[in-house]
Amino acid sequence: MIYLMAFLVGGTICALGQIILDVFKLVPIYITSLFVSLGAMFDTFGLYDKLVEKAGAGATMPISSFGHSLVHSALEKAEQVGYIGILTGIFNLTAAGIAASIIFAFFIALIFRPKG
Amino acid sequence: MKLGKQSIVFDHVYLGQAAVATGPKEKLGPLGSYFDQTYDDLYCGAKTWEKAEMQLMRDAIENCLTKNNIGSGEIDCFIGGDLNNQIIIGNYVMRDYDIPYLGVFGACSTSVEGLIIGAGMINGGSFNRVLAGTSSHNATSERQFRYPTEYGGQKPDTLTFTSTAAGVILLCDNATDLRLSGVTLGMVIDAKLNDPLDLGRAMAPAAFSTIEAHFRDFNTKPEDYDLIVTGDLSYYGKAMLIKLFKEINIDITDRYNDCGLLLYDRFQQEVFAGGSGCGCCAAVTYGYLLSKLRDKTYKKILVVATGALLNPVIVAQKETIPGIAHAAVIERIGE
Repeated sequence: MIYLMAFLVGGTICALGQIILDVFKLVPIYITSLFVSLGAMFDTFGLYDKLVEKAGAGATMPISSFGHSLVHSALEKAEQVGYIGILTGIFNLTAAGIAASIIFAFFIALIFRPKG
Repeated sequence: MKLGKQSIVFDHVYLGQAAVATGPKEKLGPLGSYFDQTYDDLYCGAKTWEKAEMQLMRDAIENCLTKNNIGSGEIDCFIGGDLNNQIIIGNYVMRDYDIPYLGVFGACSTSVEGLIIGAGMINGGSFNRVLAGTSSHNATSERQFRYPTEYGGQKPDTLTFTSTAAGVILLCDNATDLRLSGVTLGMVIDAKLNDPLDLGRAMAPAAFSTIEAHFRDFNTKPEDYDLIVTGDLSYYGKAMLIKLFKEINIDITDRYNDCGLLLYDRFQQEVFAGGSGCGCCAAVTYGYLLSKLRDKTYKKILVVATGALLNPVIVAQKETIPGIAHAAVIERIGE
């Protein structure tokens, strides 16, 4: 069941992105920002968490999950240490992803060169 | 001599030999055999994309000088431009030459813009030999105007593929077999379109304006030319131009084509709506069309280089993308 939900939820998020890209002629970076913002908004009241519970990777793989993680970790830290936690905790959940992309990009750039 | 509102007639401007250097995709295209030098690698033996484009420009200049059997010291001026910020390709290539240099920018209309300025210098009697050249490179353009290819942004069908090519031609005042008999200067025409992924249709009204003015100024009609080519209107812009002319009851269908559709096989080569870039019009005109004039397939052609005056910064500020087109008549002397 979770596989089906992952497919449906993930697919719906991506289809929405494609429709927005085609209909409104937005440049890709706007779509990315839009979905990060939407994910952040849906984290309020734990909506995105419920989605992750039901759909698993279908909700955590799209970029909207990045927005969700930012807000989620900021709020979590704020609960522990007060308002300063919004600033200190914001990258707690995403730090691994960001660091990994920088490190992998560095090694890939050492080995390969762009073809086009 | 000025003709009409925006045209000039030249009586003693001749075309010497031209030279074209291209990248791999242009080599594999239908016109590959018409180019003087081609590379199998997009880097063209250089370390970066910009340096690759400089290499193409340098190759085109060297081949052009050799084919005309003249030294760089005999050239009065080089007029060149490209699509990079501060037109760096021409600027840096010309460091190595003892030729006076004018850098020009007309987006992809630069090739004919160079011809117009050079022809004016020669017809005025000031200069005897002028080189006009231009270049573009797929990877430098993608980064300049869109995204680096590695970014992986989706590409719609209306997108054109910037050609990797440089073309250089000699203009001179001593008679050869081809002459540049007239030009029509274009005006900036804004079709109020703002999609940087559909430049063909943004430029078509500019091409229409210039060609229509050309017919009016020279009192000619499409039948007076064996071929009318635009630079890089794409499949969609080409259809739009034909339609714009149909609206004023002029049919150009049977003798009109677009350099970007000639340079590549659109169905086999993954170039989306066709080729584009400064080098597209230059490679097709200087490589292929001059050969066709010389082998007597054509007698008189109208080359209309089309430029989308695109700047990513101003488009991000919700501005539109104006276009410009300049036309040149090239004809064979004698029968």
